[in-house]
Amino acid sequence: MALSGMRGLSVFISDIRNCQNKEQERLRVDKELGNIRTRFKNEKGLTPYEKKKYVWKMLYIHMLGYDVDFGHMETVSLISAPKYPEKQVGYIVTACLLNENHDFLRIAINTVRNDIIGRNETFQCLALTMVGNIGGREFAESLAPDVQKLLISSSCRPLVRKKAALCLLRLYRKNPDVVNVDGWADRMAQLLDERDLGVLTSSMSLLVALVSNNHEAYWSCLPKCVKTLERLARNQDIPQEYTYYGIPSPWLQVKTMRALQYFPTIEDPNTRRSLFEVLQRILMGTDVVKNVNKNNASHAVLFEALSLVMHLDAEKEMMSQCVALLGKFIAVREPNIRYLGLENMTRMLMVTDVQDIIKRHQAQIITSLKDPDISIRRRALDLCYGMCDVSNAKDIVEELLQYLSTSDFAMREELSLKAAILAEKFAPDLSWYVDVILQLIDKAGDFVSDDIWFRVVQFVTNNEDLQPYAAAKAREYLDKPAIHETMVKVSAYLLGEYSHFLARRPGCSPKEIFSIIHEKLPTVSMSTVPILLSTYAKILMHTQPPEPDLQNQIWAIFHKYESCIDVEIQQRAVEYFALSAKGAALADILAEMPKFPERQSALIKKAEDIETDTAEQSAIKLRAQQQMSNALVVTDQRPANGSPAVGQLSLVKLPSMSSNPDNYSADEGVTQENGILSTVDPQPPSADLLSDLLGPLAIEGPPGAVQSEQNVPGADGVPSAADAAAIVPIEEQKNTVQPIGNIAERFHALCLKDSGVLYEDPNIQIGIKAEWRAHQGRLVLFLGNKNTSPLVSVQALILPPSHLKMELSLVPETIPPRAQVQCPLEVVNLHPSRDVAVLDFSYKFGSHAVNIKLRLPAVLNKFLQPLTLTTNEFFPQWRSLSGPPLKLQEVVRGVKPLPLMEMANLLSSLRVMVSSGLDPNPNNLVASTTFYSESTRAMLCLVRIETDPADRTQLRMTVASGDPTLTFELMEYIKEQLVDIPTGSAPPPMAPAVASPMAPVAPLNDPGAILAGLL
Amino acid sequence: MIHFVLLISRQGKVRLTKWYSPYSQKERTKVIREISGLMLHRGPKLCNFLEWGGLKVVYKRYASLYFCMCIDPDDNELETLEVIHHFVEILDRYFGSVCELDLIFNFHKAYYILDELVIAGEIQESSKKTVAQLISAQDSLVEAAKEEASSISNIIAQATK
Repeated sequence: MALSGMRGLSVFISDIRNCQNKEQERLRVDKELGNIRTRFKNEKGLTPYEKKKYVWKMLYIHMLGYDVDFGHMETVSLISAPKYPEKQVGYIVTACLLNENHDFLRIAINTVRNDIIGRNETFQCLALTMVGNIGGREFAESLAPDVQKLLISSSCRPLVRKKAALCLLRLYRKNPDVVNVDGWADRMAQLLDERDLGVLTSSMSLLVALVSNNHEAYWSCLPKCVKTLERLARNQDIPQEYTYYGIPSPWLQVKTMRALQYFPTIEDPNTRRSLFEVLQRILMGTDVVKNVNKNNASHAVLFEALSLVMHLDAEKEMMSQCVALLGKFIAVREPNIRYLGLENMTRMLMVTDVQDIIKRHQAQIITSLKDPDISIRRRALDLCYGMCDVSNAKDIVEELLQYLSTSDFAMREELSLKAAILAEKFAPDLSWYVDVILQLIDKAGDFVSDDIWFRVVQFVTNNEDLQPYAAAKAREYLDKPAIHETMVKVSAYLLGEYSHFLARRPGCSPKEIFSIIHEKLPTVSMSTVPILLSTYAKILMHTQPPEPDLQNQIWAIFHKYESCIDVEIQQRAVEYFALSAKGAALADILAEMPKFPERQSALIKKAEDIETDTAEQSAIKLRAQQQMSNALVVTDQRPANGSPAVGQLSLVKLPSMSSNPDNYSADEGVTQENGILSTVDPQPPSADLLSDLLGPLAIEGPPGAVQSEQNVPGADGVPSAADAAAIVPIEEQKNTVQPIGNIAERFHALCLKDSGVLYEDPNIQIGIKAEWRAHQGRLVLFLGNKNTSPLVSVQALILPPSHLKMELSLVPETIPPRAQVQCPLEVVNLHPSRDVAVLDFSYKFGSHAVNIKLRLPAVLNKFLQPLTLTTNEFFPQWRSLSGPPLKLQEVVRGVKPLPLMEMANLLSSLRVMVSSGLDPNPNNLVASTTFYSESTRAMLCLVRIETDPADRTQLRMTVASGDPTLTFELMEYIKEQLVDIPTGSAPPPMAPAVASPMAPVAPLNDPGAILAGLL
Repeated sequence: MIHFVLLISRQGKVRLTKWYSPYSQKERTKVIREISGLMLHRGPKLCNFLEWGGLKVVYKRYASLYFCMCIDPDDNELETLEVIHHFVEILDRYFGSVCELDLIFNFHKAYYILDELVIAGEIQESSKKTVAQLISAQDSLVEAAKEEASSISNIIAQATK
């Protein structure tokens, strides 16, 4: 053993080992890093030996998990050392310490190239190894031709050529264009004739990558692969040193069969026959032996052969042979084989006519759900999920439900999601579906996401036959002593809608229903209370003739919550209380929910999104498409009158404290008209999750935004906040990729700060960093690929509004795996406007093309500079700007009720500076700012807000500036911020008729106008 | 392909890391933490595969040391398991009955050997004999350079520079 002793390194490692705790270790590491740093500073005095030693120490420290943020230059510079020992250390440590995106690698490209084209074989090996391990795009572009030359050179020894093959593979992965298909296919075929097994193994890996992208160009390699496989598996014609536990290079066999799986078929009958002969031999000739390694190696080959057989669509006989083998595997004791048996059986589901044979193993598969190994349980769950169809859904789902009570927490969420999906897809009847979901909630309420119970509600709403049954079931669960909050929600909802069907049953009188639900109220969280309030209102509505007793009880509750701190609850309490006094009108307003439009299940979408594109999952998708479940057929009926859902939803949105009854009945009229005429709303039913959630809850939602929409007069043609927000969800429905987080919320957050995440989904994250100076801005978009494969066809278009000049630098078409690309965007503000720029962004990941439209936070307030004024400065200005159009005044209602302090904070986050003490009235705010644009230059803006302490939802605002457009735009902008509730639950776009016409502000009877303190 | 190779002791100490896919320093630390958390808590007699973050971790414990390689979900798991064993056998031959201490103090040797075995996350050489020859050739190159450096003429040359 020839260890190159490095005393200093050994001493350091011993020291670290002797550290008693993490703190000591850190101290020792810090001391060493300090030492290395000082030594590197005076590089001249370092001997090559010392340099080597320090570089190794750095790697050791890096391996321990500490940040080593210096010395990279010294490490990389060792690569250009003339002597082997230094060069070797330079190459190896660079390859470990840095990754392909590191800047320092660039400076090494020339040296590396010289080593590759030089005559020194050992240097060639070092360079090829490093490039093969961490070479990036730039390496690919500058080195690929040289590496190709080495691979096919007849004068190079195998040790160089095998490294060249894998190095080229790396470069090809980074940039497929570096391998020119025309010239290379023949060379590749020649390479497969190679006798040296090391070179052949490496070349086969290269071939796998090449054919996976483009099998057509490499047809000539197909017969050679079959020959290689014959040579190994049948003739065992191979040097002794390349057998592994008596098996001819299992790795080469596996790779060869992998390459063959990328050719769609094998047309030549002779080749096909030879291949099947070999495969048959592998399938039949693999026995279980005692030696673990031999067993593993032979089964590695066997499982690859199985995949190949499946791919080639062999005759039925061979297929059933495969299933039989797998059936044997899933019952053996050896856990690895059991795992792989289950995994491959799931893949096998793709082959259509073997499903019945697989079903024979159902009992064994279900047993595997209880395996002690979570990896195996996961595979079993996947297989159960995949093999489920109408015939066995009942058994499988019931097994899953049973397993749910005992399964580990790590799996419960997945388990309940899968059970819910199967129940929905393959339900033999709908009452069974309701049973399953209620059981799910009962057993694993914490893991049942909201989408699942929303879905039940949708089904029940859309199927009248189901409604009494569901209500009865919900009633039963309420008798249980401790039920999950989700159960409270779903039963309260169902009973609110449908309990009147049960009225004659014992224990189901409105009073009894009410009291059993009301018992749960003290145990639930704030988010459930609104649902309960709605239920009470519905119960009240259904109780005909009214029972004064019950009425008083419920009114008392509404009354109690009228002063609730939660706005949502408070508003409902107030509204329901007022509505319930309306008598007969109540029945109209609180009528049963209309049917939901048919849409893809959010659950299934979610499951599809979670799944990556592996073979087994595409099998599931395939089958999902093939099989139509009963449940879907039953619910596929469109609502009889075909009335558009959006119109009806706006009906239930109405219970707002509208002081103008005409307004509301007019709206109802519109809805009915829609129903009769069956006009199809131009907006297609949205399929996105958001509106799924909104659907069932819309019954209770009088979001402030809707109200303010009606009350705040706005100029025609100016997009309202709600409309703008709608851009995003509408676009979403085309995409199968769900965004992470709420896009609207992210946008609103970015309006107030200058850096953060604009958008995120499972594949990409788009971050923003912005700097603003006067009327100019510089944004940088950070496009980060989260995957280990590249995102392609990346496109970014800016759709600027007329007042912004925007220039986006070039966006690369491909984002490499795990890489981040920065795209600067220059913005110039030409004149004041509230319009928002939109980023039209699209990319492709696998087969998914994703397109999103995102609002860019280059909004009005970004061009403001806060400015504090004294009394002497403020008032002369304020007086000089007298009256419209330079000074505008308006009463704003439906404002988010905010304490004065918070309103001042909100203004200053918009860069409008509040000058305290300027206004003698403590309920008023006076603020000032400077606005910058090309047309206005720097322009002073003054704002005054008068609030009413008795009613925080309204205020009077006065805005003044030297430019009429600016005054108007700034006023509208601040208004949007005050009334806008930046949540994702943007209300569905209102029908145009709903938007109230330009109502002039009522000047006198308005409390706002009575406010004193006009200056 | 193999995305990374980790050698982690039973106590969770990292003995070797090699990354074939670009992970930043921060991501590396996170990956190591997550995988050790999962792997070290698995009992004996379970299978050698772990599903983690959309990828698969193939691992095997040798005495106090866990060898683990992370691959794509549709790669051949058993093949990878035997790459691990192949690596261990080569280490064993090189150090002569290898133990954790050998790898701690000669971690750089382990890197040399791994580089002869795997490049770009794919196996490059499946003959133990060939790998052993290449490593000893490297060792003698280093030795030769050392001797040259310590020869008298060289010392004189250094001193009079």
